[in-house]
Amino acid sequence: MRDYLVLRVIAKLMIAFMLVFALYVQFHGDFGPGGGFQAGVIAAAAIIFYAIIYGLPAARRVVPDWLVETMVAAGVLLYASVGVAGMLLGGNYLDYFVLGADPVDGQHRGIFWVEIGVLITVAGVMLKIFYMFAGRPGEEEEGK
Amino acid sequence: MMAAATIAIAVQRNLFAVVVLFGAYSFLMATVLVALDAVDVGMTEAAVGAGISTVLLLATLYLVRKEEMKPLHRPLLPLAVAVATGAVLAYGTLGLPAFSDPEAPIHRHVAPRYIHDALRETGVPNVVTAVLASYRGYDTLGEVMVVFTAGAGVIALLRRRKGGRKEDRQ
Amino acid sequence: MNIASHYSYWATIFLTIGGLYIVIARGNLVKKLIGLAIFQTSVYLLYIAPGKLIGGTAPIVAERFQVYSNPLPHVLILTAIVVGVATLALGLALVVRIREAYGSIEEDEILAQDRDES
Repeated sequence: MRDYLVLRVIAKLMIAFMLVFALYVQFHGDFGPGGGFQAGVIAAAAIIFYAIIYGLPAARRVVPDWLVETMVAAGVLLYASVGVAGMLLGGNYLDYFVLGADPVDGQHRGIFWVEIGVLITVAGVMLKIFYMFAGRPGEEEEGK
Repeated sequence: MMAAATIAIAVQRNLFAVVVLFGAYSFLMATVLVALDAVDVGMTEAAVGAGISTVLLLATLYLVRKEEMKPLHRPLLPLAVAVATGAVLAYGTLGLPAFSDPEAPIHRHVAPRYIHDALRETGVPNVVTAVLASYRGYDTLGEVMVVFTAGAGVIALLRRRKGGRKEDRQ
Repeated sequence: MNIASHYSYWATIFLTIGGLYIVIARGNLVKKLIGLAIFQTSVYLLYIAPGKLIGGTAPIVAERFQVYSNPLPHVLILTAIVVGVATLALGLALVVRIREAYGSIEEDEILAQDRDES
């Protein structure tokens, strides 16, 4: 599809915007609709868009396989570590109010890191699933 | 309109058309959800249902055949079962509270407490995020694990062994 | 009880039985999965519609608003949507593998092949 000029230009404009929008949705999840899941899906959709336009090998160069697989696991680990940190600082598992100077500050920190963990895992899993589906050899060409 | 999309999906045999109809259906569902004041859910449904699901379905269609076979038996029994189930469900909803009834039990127990205290206790105005990440954070941990398991499952199913996948089955 | 007060439930039920019908009446595996997805979205409606208060607003606390729609169903359904897409992805991966093993994704053909082999 890289021969279609219009698609390439639009893709260049939109992919950067989509990634920034994903970050916006993630960090403004506290004040408006949004949060980890939506941001993760939008970020994965941006990379999938890149893969559709420029081909799967190009996308694999930008976001290699080892990075995606690490992302899948790292998000869950991050989430669980926030819980363990709560335990180490004196509260129960996944208590946020012990993480900061005053309880509300601790809640902010806990929610921040937890949502980032969610973002990483969701984006990694969506992207990995797409890589697996798109990387298989296809049917005899029946035209797409 | 969503009903029309559903009926069209049931009847259509070209799978590509079915996938496109499903994308349209997801967008309509996201719009309805936003109209019902569920803005977080609408955004997620739009991104997930109309984005990722459609992409995965198209990727699957690329790997399998694209037409559906003509059904061998007339689907009278499934239609009867579906309609009977619907009738029973409709009879059951007669006892449910009316739409947008402020006295319904759903609005009485925990929800007022969350709405009232979320900003003060967590400093986060978005009550849905506060409940998801703080009050019910344990459930969200479980959900992230479900996503992780799905990823691991897809990796296990679709992984290519060294030496190619052409085994003696074909 | 009049039509308008329970209309949302009936619309939900129609989508539910539509999805159910597609799952049990169609033999194509991909179509079954799409029917399952429609069934799941109807369940989302089932939970969220009762939470809405006419005159309320989205559950994001601000000074201007007093009445908010119920946030608890939103939380449940947010989780449900993500679990739903995870299920769909796994189901599609299974469909791809079935296609490679049996050469077809129609339920009747697959069952016939199993019967012949046994």
